[in-house]
Amino acid sequence: MANFTRGFTGRGRAERDARLPPGQYDARADWPVLNAEVTPDIATDTWTFTIDGLVERATTWTWDEIHALPPSTYEGDIHCVTTWSKLGMSFTGVSVDTLLAAAGPAPGATHVMALAHTGYTTNLPLADVTGGKAWVVWEVDGGPLPRDHGGPARLLVPHLYFWKSAKWASGLRLMDHDEPGFWERNGYHDRGDPWLEQRYQGD
Amino acid sequence: MGSWQAATVVAVRDEAPRVKTLRLALSSPEPHLAGQHYVVRLRAPDGYTAQRSYSVASAPGGPGDPGEIDLTIERLDGGEVSTFLHDGVEVGDQLEVRGPIGGWFVWPGDTPALLVGGGSGVVPLMSMLRLARRTGRADLVQVVVSVRRPADLYYADELPGPEVTVVHTREAPPDGGRPPGRLTVADLAPAVRPDTTAYVCGSARFAGAASQLVVEAGVPVERIRVERFGPTG
Repeated sequence: MANFTRGFTGRGRAERDARLPPGQYDARADWPVLNAEVTPDIATDTWTFTIDGLVERATTWTWDEIHALPPSTYEGDIHCVTTWSKLGMSFTGVSVDTLLAAAGPAPGATHVMALAHTGYTTNLPLADVTGGKAWVVWEVDGGPLPRDHGGPARLLVPHLYFWKSAKWASGLRLMDHDEPGFWERNGYHDRGDPWLEQRYQGD
Repeated sequence: MGSWQAATVVAVRDEAPRVKTLRLALSSPEPHLAGQHYVVRLRAPDGYTAQRSYSVASAPGGPGDPGEIDLTIERLDGGEVSTFLHDGVEVGDQLEVRGPIGGWFVWPGDTPALLVGGGSGVVPLMSMLRLARRTGRADLVQVVVSVRRPADLYYADELPGPEVTVVHTREAPPDGGRPPGRLTVADLAPAVRPDTTAYVCGSARFAGAASQLVVEAGVPVERIRVERFGPTG
C-alpha cells in the first residue's frame, strides 16, 4: 500500500486543537444527530431511570426524584466515532456515582448494560461509569437537553466515543460479564476509547 | 469487517451536481450487505490522516466485477475529505479503505422493505434497489426518494422504475405530475405494506421528519431503521 494519499496534505492543521483525539475534527457550532431509530417523545411525568441487575437494592427514580439528588456538571469535550468532536461543552445532571451509591453494586459486578427507552443498548465496563466519569444529564449548555440529542435525559460518558452515552437513557443493568450492546453487535468496539481509536471490533 | 486495505480508483462518474461515484477495485475483496458503508482514510506524507464513512452504492456482488465497489460522495463545502475526493483523485490513484461496516441499516434481500431517502441518503438505498432488481425481487421493495429538483436526482438513468417514486420539493419536472412540495404521509402511504421494514436515510433533518411520516403512514417504530448522515465532510 502507498504510504500516503497522492496529493493529500491535510488542511487546517495549524489550528488543530490538542483536545482532539486522533482522526477527529472539531464540529464547532454543529452538533450532528446520528441515532438509528425514530426519535421518541418521552414525557417527564412518566420518565424513570432504573439501576438493577447485580445490585443490593434495585432502584428506580422518577423525574422529580432524580432532580432532588445533588447536581453534578461536566465541563469538557465529546467525541463521536463518526469523527466529529465538540469541545468545551457543559452538561448538568447527576453523577452515576450518586445513583450507584443508592443501589449498591453487588460483589462480582464488572460491567453494565446501559438501556434506553427506545430499546437501544450499549455495554460498558463498570469502571468506566464510576469514579466521576459518567452522568445522567438533562441540561446542555444551560438549557434543556433537546429530544434529538437524547432528551429529556441521556447517559453521558464523555471519555468514550459518544455512542456509549445512550440517548433517552432508561437505566443501567449491572452484570458479572461483558456482552455487546446495539452498535457493538453491529461491528463497533466494546470499549470505545477515542484516544486509542477503538472504533470497531478488533481495534 | 476487514482491516485497512488499498483500493485503486478504476472509474469516476458524475452523478449529479457536486456528486461523484468512485469505483474502487479492492485489494482484499470482502462480501458486503446492501446498506453497509466503507471508511476512506486520507494520509498526508507526514502521517496526518482524515477519514470519513461513505455508503456503498453498488449491490452485493459488485457493480460488475465482484472485487469492486462504488462509493458515491457528495462534495460538502469545507469538507476536508469530500473536497479532496472530488478535486484531487484520478483514475489509477490508490486510497486506503476499510469495510464493510454496519449490521443494522442493511437489507437482507428477502423481506418487504420501504426505502425512503433524501439527497445523499439515496446511496445505501440504491445498493438495496440494485440487489432487489438483480435478484428479480423488485416486488419486495418500494422506494421513495426526495430531491429538490430533477437535476439533483442521483442515478437518474437507472433509478426510475415501477417501484420508485421521486418526490420533488422545490421544482417538479414539467410533466404535470405531483406539484413540488415537501414529503408527506400521502407520498408514503401507498408504499407501505404489511410486515414492511422501513429504511430511512438522509440528513438529520430529513431523517427525523421522514421517519415521523413513516410512523404516521402506519409502520411501527420497531420496524423503522434510520441512518442519519451528518455534515462529516
